[in-house]
Amino acid sequence: MTDKVNLKKRRLLIASTAAGGVAAAGAGAPFVLSFMPSERVKAAGAPVEVDLKTLKPGMMISVEWQGKPVWIVHRTKEMLDLLSNHNDKLVDPESSVEQQPKYCTNAYRSIKPEYLVVLGVCTHLGCSPTYRPEVAPTDLGKDWPGGWFCPCHGSRFDLAARVYKGVPAPSNLIVPPHKYLSDTRVLIGDDSKEAA
Amino acid sequence: MNLLKKLLGWIDTRFPLIATFKEHASEYYAPKNFNFWYFFGGLALLVLVIQILSGIFLTMNYKPDALFAFASVEYIMRDVHWGWLLRYIHSTGASMFFVVVYLHIFRGLMYGSYRNPRELLWIIGMIIYLALMGEAFMGYLLPWGQMSFWGAQVIVNLFSSVPFIGHDLAILIRGDYVVSDTTLNRFFALHVIAIPLILVLIVFAHIVALHEVGSNNPDGIEIKKHKDANGIPLDGIPFFPYMVVKDSVAAVVFLMVFCAIIFFAPDMGGYFLENNNFVPANPMKTPEHIAPVWYFTPYYAILRAVPPIFGSQFPGVAAMGIATVIFFFLPWLDRGKVKSIRYRGLIYKTFLTLFVISFVGLGWLGQMPSTPTYTMIARILAVVYFAFFLLMPWYTKIDKCKPEPDRVTSK
Repeated sequence: MTDKVNLKKRRLLIASTAAGGVAAAGAGAPFVLSFMPSERVKAAGAPVEVDLKTLKPGMMISVEWQGKPVWIVHRTKEMLDLLSNHNDKLVDPESSVEQQPKYCTNAYRSIKPEYLVVLGVCTHLGCSPTYRPEVAPTDLGKDWPGGWFCPCHGSRFDLAARVYKGVPAPSNLIVPPHKYLSDTRVLIGDDSKEAA
Repeated sequence: MNLLKKLLGWIDTRFPLIATFKEHASEYYAPKNFNFWYFFGGLALLVLVIQILSGIFLTMNYKPDALFAFASVEYIMRDVHWGWLLRYIHSTGASMFFVVVYLHIFRGLMYGSYRNPRELLWIIGMIIYLALMGEAFMGYLLPWGQMSFWGAQVIVNLFSSVPFIGHDLAILIRGDYVVSDTTLNRFFALHVIAIPLILVLIVFAHIVALHEVGSNNPDGIEIKKHKDANGIPLDGIPFFPYMVVKDSVAAVVFLMVFCAIIFFAPDMGGYFLENNNFVPANPMKTPEHIAPVWYFTPYYAILRAVPPIFGSQFPGVAAMGIATVIFFFLPWLDRGKVKSIRYRGLIYKTFLTLFVISFVGLGWLGQMPSTPTYTMIARILAVVYFAFFLLMPWYTKIDKCKPEPDRVTSK
């Protein structure tokens, strides 16, 4: 025995510790990865077909797509006319942030002006806002042109699902990919060119 | 008798039974001037035991499946013999855990129990507090009611506001793109085994650390400074039997309150069990008004008080996180010459009072719907909350302290 450090053994010790560390990390990976969405979860995103025939003007229906609510609103002429009056109060009136497919980047954020298809999930923390189509109710103020109010943290959206300034939600609601199969049948979750 | 002695001797040569009992009970000396505020540590331990016991029995009838969870809780409530009692013990225990822990933390603030040499003891305690919050949050999802679902939805989405990795992080936590059966199943696993194991371990570490440095007391002075010829602190009394007896009285009174809640007001008017949670989870519809359970509301109010900056809600989330983590730094923020509030000056007393007001006020605001007036009040209170910590190095230094006594005082 000498007092000197045996460098050869020290190197072996460092190398084997490092190898052990790599092995531990490798062994840990499956545990962490098991937390990711499973194949079954990933597969459960099939498109949903909705018939709009019974949706009366001014009404909203909510359908489930990928476990989330998708709203479809049949907007009246008055509702559509009110949309352009409050652009100065909105964060992104022109929908310049890509919260919608290209074919919905317009004043109405929809393919057909009267039908709005939008994901009913608040861009703040994921609550589902409440549909408040009435104009100027007492609790939302006399400037309220109709839209959605999120009960969780008070975010407000107009009837094109565009977010107001000064509320917690940072961006407009998401318009999911969708397409019309006929005049009144819409397919949510698929916007490919081929016929479904 | 002789046989018992023999058995003890047999064990003691193989396991340090008597030595351990002496070190941590019969020869562990606690200051003799403990007052009302010193009951809550022991009570927290009692609630931990109650929660583990009642939790084990609930697990025997509960089903961690989105299709069956809500119904299985109703089954426990209606059909399992005494199931309602087990469940109400567990739900009341959750809230009472936070009641005693908040009072325990407040005691630490009043008497400077986080100061040298108890910094690590304090840090371990704060880790327990964080683990407890995680435990409570995950447990709240299990009944799969409306508040369970939407509460989890909001809190998990907090993580998605973290820049760059947030979106993937939230998916990793949920195991899905929304809170779902997968999320319920893993929260169940974490709630019943992972976090309780960690909790028990760090509570053990908390007690070991306490017994290494010794308890603080309402005078904030060290009883170890004055020892008799045998090295026993003059102002200390053995934990066993004296403190055990004293704590037993507190435990009995506490259990009376506990039982009164279980039998007469198990939902505490919607504070311990929220009304909306008696409705099954519906991913398509958020309830009109959602709020977390009362023990999270102060932080929730801070989250809502911070406006988004550059279109990101991360600042609010960060403020909420800092509000909980900032407690860890107390030992180094406090520059006061004395530990106990008894000998502090008016400035510290004012700041501590304001802090309590802000904490309770934020707690109240956090369960109210957000209106512009409330948001403004929440902002003011949030500033007070952080001022208590961030200005502490300054105001504790300039505060005029009274001289500490040499020996503990008691009436």
